[in-house]
Amino acid sequence: MLVERLGNRFTQALRESSDFRGDLSIVVDPNAVVEVARYLRDEEGFDYFLYATAVDWPARDPRFTVVWEVRSLANKTRIRIKTTAGMPEPHVPTMTDVWPAANWHERETWDLLGIKFDGHPDLRRLLMPPSWEGHPLRKDYVSFGEPVIFSDQKLEGLEPDAIRG
Amino acid sequence: MRSVAETRVAQEPFGPGPAQEPFGPGPAQEPFGPEHEPETDWVELNMGPQHPSTHGVLRVRLKLDGERVRDADADVGYLHTGFEKSFEEKTYTQGITFSDRMDYLAPPINNVGFVMSVEKLIGVEVPARAQAIRVLMMELARIASHELWLGTAGLDLGVYSGFFYAWRDRELVLDLNESYSGVRMMTSFTRVGGVAWDLPEGWIEQLQRFIDVMPGRIDDFEAMLTDNPIWHQRLQGIGALSAQEAIKTGVTGPMLRASGVDYDVRKAFPYCGYEQYDFQVPLGVNGDCYDRYRVRVREMRESLKILQQVVDTLPTGPWITSDRKVALPPRSELSKSMESVIHHFRLVSEGFKGPVGDVYAFVESPRGELGFYLVSDGTNKPYRMKVRPPSFCNLQPLKKLVQGVLLADVIAIMGSMDFILGDVDR
Repeated sequence: MLVERLGNRFTQALRESSDFRGDLSIVVDPNAVVEVARYLRDEEGFDYFLYATAVDWPARDPRFTVVWEVRSLANKTRIRIKTTAGMPEPHVPTMTDVWPAANWHERETWDLLGIKFDGHPDLRRLLMPPSWEGHPLRKDYVSFGEPVIFSDQKLEGLEPDAIRG
Repeated sequence: MRSVAETRVAQEPFGPGPAQEPFGPGPAQEPFGPEHEPETDWVELNMGPQHPSTHGVLRVRLKLDGERVRDADADVGYLHTGFEKSFEEKTYTQGITFSDRMDYLAPPINNVGFVMSVEKLIGVEVPARAQAIRVLMMELARIASHELWLGTAGLDLGVYSGFFYAWRDRELVLDLNESYSGVRMMTSFTRVGGVAWDLPEGWIEQLQRFIDVMPGRIDDFEAMLTDNPIWHQRLQGIGALSAQEAIKTGVTGPMLRASGVDYDVRKAFPYCGYEQYDFQVPLGVNGDCYDRYRVRVREMRESLKILQQVVDTLPTGPWITSDRKVALPPRSELSKSMESVIHHFRLVSEGFKGPVGDVYAFVESPRGELGFYLVSDGTNKPYRMKVRPPSFCNLQPLKKLVQGVLLADVIAIMGSMDFILGDVDR
């Protein structure tokens, strides 16, 4: 069993593992995630990178779950590697050294969720314009509309017209 | 006025000219060779965002040394619409209509991929007839998408007539879409647990006519292109990707298979009953643009084979699950059963809830593995929906593929990738 082998080898780093609807997931300590990834690629044959993303849980601490999923084309298996990143500056190590295909996926995750990938060769915004402020897929990001100040309200130090202009 | 003959006579006779005076050592020669070439300034060229060959809104910043491309940087995001965020605000059933609009050239496949992720999360059985209808719609979409690719990629390289042939044939698929779902492109025909409607009367006959006519049309196309020397020169050896590199760069679909990697989701992880149908996975050898063309054309023939088998073995029975917690009750029950009215009201107003957990479901789109990573927090809406778009993965190695090629070949390489910007940007 893959999870047992992982558990024996990374006794400290492997926090938990789950098998929900046939999808195998492991939660790994952020410091050891690259080491686990290298092991998975070199020894277990996980050669094909699928995607990277993150999930924002504002009530949790640490707030973000960062997810990478990889596949072994030969063994027809998949594994989801998860780790956590906390505020105020969420950051995790990059996987681009292990799977170069992670490059754009991690850029997208930085762009939309604001997770910094330490050691990423080209961490720029991908989908949003370079001048964009905020990270749209965070839960506290309002996805539509703009703040409207009614005439009987005043924002701190701003007149209603100043906001419109 | 002097005649031409006179002019000739007036010229010096050919032959060795007067003997040159021996010179001494001439001025020192300029050092010659690439290491002595002066540092030239590279020209930075913007290709797009409105370039016709980008098939959408893609901007590629090219660094040119004469006609040679030295470096490229793809700037995507012009079609970013925030679908992943929108998914979080709609119930699972409402989310189906978003999935069409991502890869707008194969909407049925997006529909199926999306509902498969929800079905995997809540664990619902899909009846055999619904599976077969899904396969029909998906394979039709694959043929239509490859036809469109063939037309537009050819158009970029100057095959004007091919474009019209391709669009004529694609129209047949859109007609079938329309007579089934009422819509030519954004079908939204799936529901969690099945499909929205049964096949209308006469549809199978219309499909059979399509299956009968298409092989000849593909033959016409191949007669025009497959052995065409210009087509060969433009595509062979251009944009080649070895099998190892293809896996490493994470490309998928026909791009991966053109490099010789035998991976097709329909074969490797059969879904919707693909294991019952007999079809081949076409593979390339060199991984160049020409192999990608061959793989796609052969995939169209395999899709026709699948369609014929589904038509021959189409199961009867219900086309959506009878689980009233997930699927709407039929109209006829609403006037007879109070329970059905309650289920109908709950489903329409609130939708159904999923358990806490996360799943990844994936299908083979014309461009490769399309995956949906769905995180549920136990409510009636996805907590997070991450799409793994195949076009995104196929566009990523553009920088690597175009380094060192001629500018005109960039068009051929981008054409052979078959990316859809709606799918890249979401």
